[in-house]
Amino acid sequence: MTTMLFSKDEWGQGLLAVGKSIKVFVPVKEGDFTAFQLLAEETVPDWAYQNTRMSPKSIVYPQSEGMFKYSLEEGDPEANIVKEAPKDYTLQAVVGIRPCDAHAFQIVKRNFDNEEFRDPWWVQRYEATTFVGLGCNEPCATCFCTSVGGGPFGKNGLDVILHDVGSRFLAEGLTAKGEDFLAGLTGGQAAGEKELGEAKDLEGWAGEKITAGISTDQLKNKVVTQLFNAPFWEDVAFSCINCGTCTYLCPTCWCFDIQDEVFGKKGDRIRNWDSCMMPLFTLHGSGHNPRDKKTQRVRQRFMHKLKYYVDKYGNGIQCSGCGRCVRFCPVNIDIRQVAELMNNY
Amino acid sequence: MENPYLPYPVRIDNITVETEDRNLKTFKFVFLNPEHEGRFKYTPGQFAELSIAGKGEIPIGIASAPTEKGFVCFTVNKVGLVSSHLHNMKVGDIMGIRGPLGNWYPWDQMEGKNVVIIGGGFAFTTLRSSIIYMLHPENRPKFKEITVVYGARGPGMLLYKDELAQWEQRKDINMHITVDSTNDSTWKYNVGFVPAITEKKITSAENAIAIVCGPPIMIKFTQPVLEKLGFPPERIILSLEMRMKCGIGICGRCNIGDKYVCKDGPVFSLAQLKTMPPEY
Amino acid sequence: MLEYTKKIQEIAGRLLSEGKVEVFIGYAKGTVPMMNHPVVIRDSAKAETLVWDSHCGLNLCNYLTKMKGKIGIVANGCNSRNIVTHILENQITREQLYIVGIPCEGMVDHRAVKRAVGNRELEEVIEEGDTLVVKGRGFREIIKKTDVLQRNCAVCTHRNPVIYDEMLGPPVEEQTGVDQFKDVRMIEEMTPEKKWGFFTRTIAKCIRCYACRNACPLCYCPTCFVDESRPQWVGKSNDPTDTMTFHILRAYHCAGRCTDCGACERVCPVGIPVRQFTKKLNKDALEFFSWEAGLAIDQRPALDTYKPNDYNEFIR
Repeated sequence: MTTMLFSKDEWGQGLLAVGKSIKVFVPVKEGDFTAFQLLAEETVPDWAYQNTRMSPKSIVYPQSEGMFKYSLEEGDPEANIVKEAPKDYTLQAVVGIRPCDAHAFQIVKRNFDNEEFRDPWWVQRYEATTFVGLGCNEPCATCFCTSVGGGPFGKNGLDVILHDVGSRFLAEGLTAKGEDFLAGLTGGQAAGEKELGEAKDLEGWAGEKITAGISTDQLKNKVVTQLFNAPFWEDVAFSCINCGTCTYLCPTCWCFDIQDEVFGKKGDRIRNWDSCMMPLFTLHGSGHNPRDKKTQRVRQRFMHKLKYYVDKYGNGIQCSGCGRCVRFCPVNIDIRQVAELMNNY
Repeated sequence: MENPYLPYPVRIDNITVETEDRNLKTFKFVFLNPEHEGRFKYTPGQFAELSIAGKGEIPIGIASAPTEKGFVCFTVNKVGLVSSHLHNMKVGDIMGIRGPLGNWYPWDQMEGKNVVIIGGGFAFTTLRSSIIYMLHPENRPKFKEITVVYGARGPGMLLYKDELAQWEQRKDINMHITVDSTNDSTWKYNVGFVPAITEKKITSAENAIAIVCGPPIMIKFTQPVLEKLGFPPERIILSLEMRMKCGIGICGRCNIGDKYVCKDGPVFSLAQLKTMPPEY
Repeated sequence: MLEYTKKIQEIAGRLLSEGKVEVFIGYAKGTVPMMNHPVVIRDSAKAETLVWDSHCGLNLCNYLTKMKGKIGIVANGCNSRNIVTHILENQITREQLYIVGIPCEGMVDHRAVKRAVGNRELEEVIEEGDTLVVKGRGFREIIKKTDVLQRNCAVCTHRNPVIYDEMLGPPVEEQTGVDQFKDVRMIEEMTPEKKWGFFTRTIAKCIRCYACRNACPLCYCPTCFVDESRPQWVGKSNDPTDTMTFHILRAYHCAGRCTDCGACERVCPVGIPVRQFTKKLNKDALEFFSWEAGLAIDQRPALDTYKPNDYNEFIR
């Protein structure tokens, strides 16, 4: 696999050139936060960012997505027949994605792309995407990727990984897709021993900076019904205001709702991100609601991530350790503490 | 790429009002494209999403049997936005169905056994499918005795009245139709709640498997009766309802523990349910 | 303000052990700097987890809705006004509550603190008198609290609780001469086109998570209009029209009820200044009806009362 060295200017120029044929997303400062934006001539990428406020999941899985279209026009022979909405699967690259967020796509893939059903929109957009990761020299105080199978320079789910070595990027191709991406860039030179050594050092320092952790080793051994009935849920949920912040910001939350919207005689079937924090999520037509209390909904969120997912896939928890829910929960419900409670119960 | 969310277009071929309160109607659908009928290969116990452009989708158990060719039937209770709209639709209208979805009753396990079917209210739909399927000459020899306990609030609230009357006449199925109460002096069947009639009419769990479908209250009181009769939890089969959207285990809302009712269910044995969180 | 922590712990411990209240609602220190964690304490031994500092910006009244039993709760000015509103709107009774009143000098805007240190990663924020010591990897800075107050606190004129069973200290001096509605007037003076532009830009980032609604003690409807499905008033996607409908209606539902506690703005994950909308209505309530919400327990709110001798001509 190729390892190349780019000056940051060179890298920016290269991306602009690539951006003429594919869609390139880069982190950009927006007020107090950073978000991925489509690269344009005037874009100023923020390569020193820590992480984006919203996870980049929307690049593959938009918050709102048209699934189908239909006509309700009387006399239209095709009226009331639901048809596929036209889609754009232009090749795209998320450049500068953090390793935790790339890892998250792998966690979510088990849901959208399984042996029985393949979600056509997620799968096709995912397949059209190259993930160019930027390792974390300065992880956040809330990061705990290292205890969920990742790391500040974790490669899981990445096609290319970048090391920020001062004024330059060391880019390492990890997959054929990544190699193609690097081959399409102008400039760059072969990396020498010195830079490779620097990159190694960075990885070591970054790993040491991650002090937060999460315990998950006992989760798979727990009896699900016992954990479900554990006495701590009432207190864990007390402060929750049932907003969807944690689920909407989470790179591994995938739940959605399907809605029909009509404008005049034309209609769309749309899917929107949904949240297990909302009572409507499980409300039956009859009025019965199996999760009508907030404690039940909070429990669902943690049980899904830390127990149901573990039992269903036998492959770790449904969390990549990005720490967004910890940082941005308005009432400071901390998944690390809840995991501790569950793991030790 | 195949799109599991895309419904097959269908035409409403017939509408039957089932109950005296007119809240339950059976819709008979014909596929616009005959090829789709071949792809819609289902087994009794499964459901489908009925799709109405502009309104949305609702998950409904399939009431017809795979042995009935050329159409599919669904009996729909008028409760929400989509079902209310459907109730106002006419023969000839175009809509969609998506499926078949979910699992089915454990037909492999039921072969060579006595089958006890217990149904209440409007949850009799996939049980109708099952009875038609079992009574088909090709299938009937696979099962021993077939016993049905079916109850509704009153005589006017029973589904499929003509078929019930026909089955009453047959020797190869034991019917125990009941109503909670009635002041109809010509009523010739049972009066009493489903659990009580079950206790009276079902005498043995020997080599038997029970399928139970009905409102939660009926299930709650029938379960101990069956256990008393000696049905082990593995041989008590239930079909659950849940708010669903995608129907294929992806959208995430209909879970009970790590199982999705839409994909891993809707059919579960009581033994399975006992290992799952009681959140349904 | 920091000395209140000890007192709250003592009072909560006393109330719980004497059985005067069944639960006590307050704040505990969070796991992230400046993020306090609302807690309910049932056992007097746990009272020592309670704290009070400049990061208690969430409105605890939110948790009182339809709560049963005897409840102890801490309340500063705005929170106490929401408790009054809750009592007036029959969400809780006065008899159920033991209110520990806290004279308040304002809460700190955690985003302003981060901005003040260039959005560098914070590891610890220590409050020392009127200042905050902000520590992160390789830096330590001292910030004056008054420079980073929540914007609602900076213009607050009701810092002392209006209702309480016990006060933690002497009342603080109320701020006078603050211009509460400067920002609202700026918008009022815009042309319709500019207003429209301002409004669309302001809500463009909304992700419809409803954190603003859920953090608001006024939003206790069993089913919010955005969640109604029959009829469905609002679409569920992030279509700008639907998002706008949500924000306008939410604000109107708070008209004459809002105490400007700032919880909505504090919790917005994408930093929308949602207070802008409710503040305009607070201004109207004040100018048209001389009304400020939740100041007196024996006064019906402006919008649920009618007097034949109302001084406003349009209503007579």
